[in-house]
Amino acid sequence: MDPVALGIQLLNGVQYGLLLFLVAAGLTLIFGILRVINLAHGAFYMLGAYMAYWISATTGSYGLAVLYGTAAAFIAGLLVEDLFIRRLYGQGHLAQVLLSFGLILVADEVRQAFFGKDVHSVAVPELLKGSIQLGSIQSYPIYRLWVCLFCAVAAAIIFLVIQKTRIGMIIRAGAENQEMARALGVRINRINKLVFAAGIALAALAGILVAPLSTVFPGMGDQMLILSFVVVVLGGIGSVSGALIGALLIGLADTFGKVLIPGLASMIIYLVMAAVLIWRPNGIMGSREV
Amino acid sequence: MRRAVRFFRPGMIAAAAIGLAAMPFFIPQYYVLFAAKVLLMGILAMSLNLAAGFGGMVSLCHAAFFGLGGYILALASSEYEAASFWTTLLLAAGGGGFAAFFIGALSLRTRGVYFIMVTLAFGEMLYSLFHDASFAGGSDGAFIYVKPALEVFGFNLNLDSPLTFYFTAVIAFVLVAALIFQIVRSPFGRALMAARDNERRARSLGFPVYRIRLVAFVISGALAGVAGYLAAAQYGFVAPEMLGWHLSATILVMAVLGGMQTVLSPALGAAALIGMEEILKSWTEYWKLIEGMLIIGLVIVFPGGLRRLFFLVFPAISQKPSRAAAEPRDAAREGHHA
Repeated sequence: MDPVALGIQLLNGVQYGLLLFLVAAGLTLIFGILRVINLAHGAFYMLGAYMAYWISATTGSYGLAVLYGTAAAFIAGLLVEDLFIRRLYGQGHLAQVLLSFGLILVADEVRQAFFGKDVHSVAVPELLKGSIQLGSIQSYPIYRLWVCLFCAVAAAIIFLVIQKTRIGMIIRAGAENQEMARALGVRINRINKLVFAAGIALAALAGILVAPLSTVFPGMGDQMLILSFVVVVLGGIGSVSGALIGALLIGLADTFGKVLIPGLASMIIYLVMAAVLIWRPNGIMGSREV
Repeated sequence: MRRAVRFFRPGMIAAAAIGLAAMPFFIPQYYVLFAAKVLLMGILAMSLNLAAGFGGMVSLCHAAFFGLGGYILALASSEYEAASFWTTLLLAAGGGGFAAFFIGALSLRTRGVYFIMVTLAFGEMLYSLFHDASFAGGSDGAFIYVKPALEVFGFNLNLDSPLTFYFTAVIAFVLVAALIFQIVRSPFGRALMAARDNERRARSLGFPVYRIRLVAFVISGALAGVAGYLAAAQYGFVAPEMLGWHLSATILVMAVLGGMQTVLSPALGAAALIGMEEILKSWTEYWKLIEGMLIIGLVIVFPGGLRRLFFLVFPAISQKPSRAAAEPRDAAREGHHA
C-alpha cells in the first residue's frame, strides 16, 4: 500500500471512529450516570439521519438540518426521559432492555409511517462539495474532511465540558457516587435528564452528519447500536476517554480490515472485542465492576 | 394451602396434556401449524429462561443459536434427498451448544450490562456471518426442499403432514420441558440459582460459578438450536433474520411476559405474544407499533408478567411454595453486586 492510499485509509478510519465516538459517548454517559442501558440509542441515530433527509429536502439547507435536527433530538430526549426512562432508574437491566426494545419498535414504525422502507440519499451541501487532490491520482472528498473536523471539535467540547466545567464536575460526581452527590445537594434528576437528552442529541447529530456520506436506510440504527456497544465494551462503561479509544480502534480496525482482509471484514470488530474481553473483561479504561 | 397447590398443579398439567393431544382434531389445519409454531417458540423461550431466569444471564444472542440450528438443517439437507432427522437434529443441537460454548466462555467473563452488550454483539457476529456468506444463500436465506426423514422404531413418519409435525412439536416440547425441569431441580440447578441470587456467597461456598453458568448457557444454546431446527423443518426455509437480535429481544419479552420463575411460564408468554401478534397483524399494518407500546406498558405497569396478573385474579393459587421464586428484576440486578 503506497503512503497516499495508506493516508486516505487512515483518514477514513479516524473519521469513522470519531463518528462512532459521538454515538458511543452518549451511550456510555447515559449508562455511567443514569445506570440505564439504552438499546434505543441506535434508533435515535437512525431518526437523525431521516431528519437530515427530511429537513434538507424541505428547506433545501443542510445547515438547518444540522441545527433543527439536533435541537429536535434534544427535546425528544427530554420527553423520552420524562415519559419512560425515568421509571427505569434503579430497576434491573432486564426491564431496561425490554423498555428500550419497545422504544425501538415504536421508533421503527414511526419511521415507517413517515418515510416508508425506501433508501434515501442526502445531497452534500454546496459549500463542502468537491475533493482535494492527494498525490497524483487520488483525491479526498472535502465533506469527509469536514465531518472529521466537526467530530473532533465536538469530541473536544465533550471533554472540556466534562473535565473543566461545573456541570461536568457534577456529572462526574454523579457517575462516581450518585447517593453522595444527592446528599451534597445535587439535583441528580435534572442531571439525568440533561445527560440523556444530550446523549440522544449526539446520536442524532452523528446520524445527520453521516446522511450525506452514505444512504439513509431503515437498518442503519441497529448497525450503529451494535458498533457502539462494541466500542463501549472495549472502552469500559461510563468512561468517555475509553469510548474515544474504543471508537478510534474500531474505526481503524473496520476500515483497514475491509482493505486488507475483505473476506473477514465483518468479523474483524468482533475479533477485536473478543481479544479485549480476554485481556481486560472490564474494558480498556474500565475499572469499575458494573 | 400448600397441599391444595400440590394437588392442583398435576391436575393443571394433565388437563393441558389432554388439551394438547385433542386440540388438532378440532381445529382447522392452519391453526394446527400455528399451534406447532407456538410450541416451538415455547421451547425457545423455555431454553432462554434456563439461562436468563434460572441462571440470571440476560442473554441477547439466543436467536443466533436458534438460527444456527435452522441453518444446520438447511446446509445438511440436499435438494433431492431427505436428510436423516436424528442425525441432523443432533448436529443442530451440537451446533447451538458449540456456539453457546464459545460465546459463553468469553461473555461470562463479564457481568450485568456488559454481558448483555457482549452477547448482543456476538449474536450479531453470527447474524452477519450468515447474512454475508454466499454458502448459505446470503441475505436471501435458503430453502429446505425435502423435509428431514423421521424414523421412529422402524416407522417412517412424514413431517409434511401437519398432524405429524404437530405431534413431533408436542413431544419435543414435553421432552425439553421435562429436561429443564430436571436440571432446575438437580443440585446443579440449585447451584445455578444460588450463583444467580448471590454470586459471592456461592463462590465462597466453593461452587465453580463460571463453569456452572457456562454449562447452563451451553445447554440453553443447544435447546435453542433444537427449536431452530424444528422451526426450519416446519417452514422449509431459513433466513438470516432468524439469528437477528430483534428475535433475541422478542424471546426475552416472551419469557418476561410469561414470568421467569417457573419452567413452563415462558412458554405461556410465547403463546400469549405470538397469539397477540397474530391478532394485531390481522388488524393493522402497524402492528409492531402496538406491540412496542405494549412491551413498554408491560415494563412500566406490570413487571411481574402475566403470571402475576393471573395470581392477582386467582389469589388462592399464588401461595405456591417458592422454590425458584426470585423476581426477574432481582435476578438481573444481581450483576450489580457481583
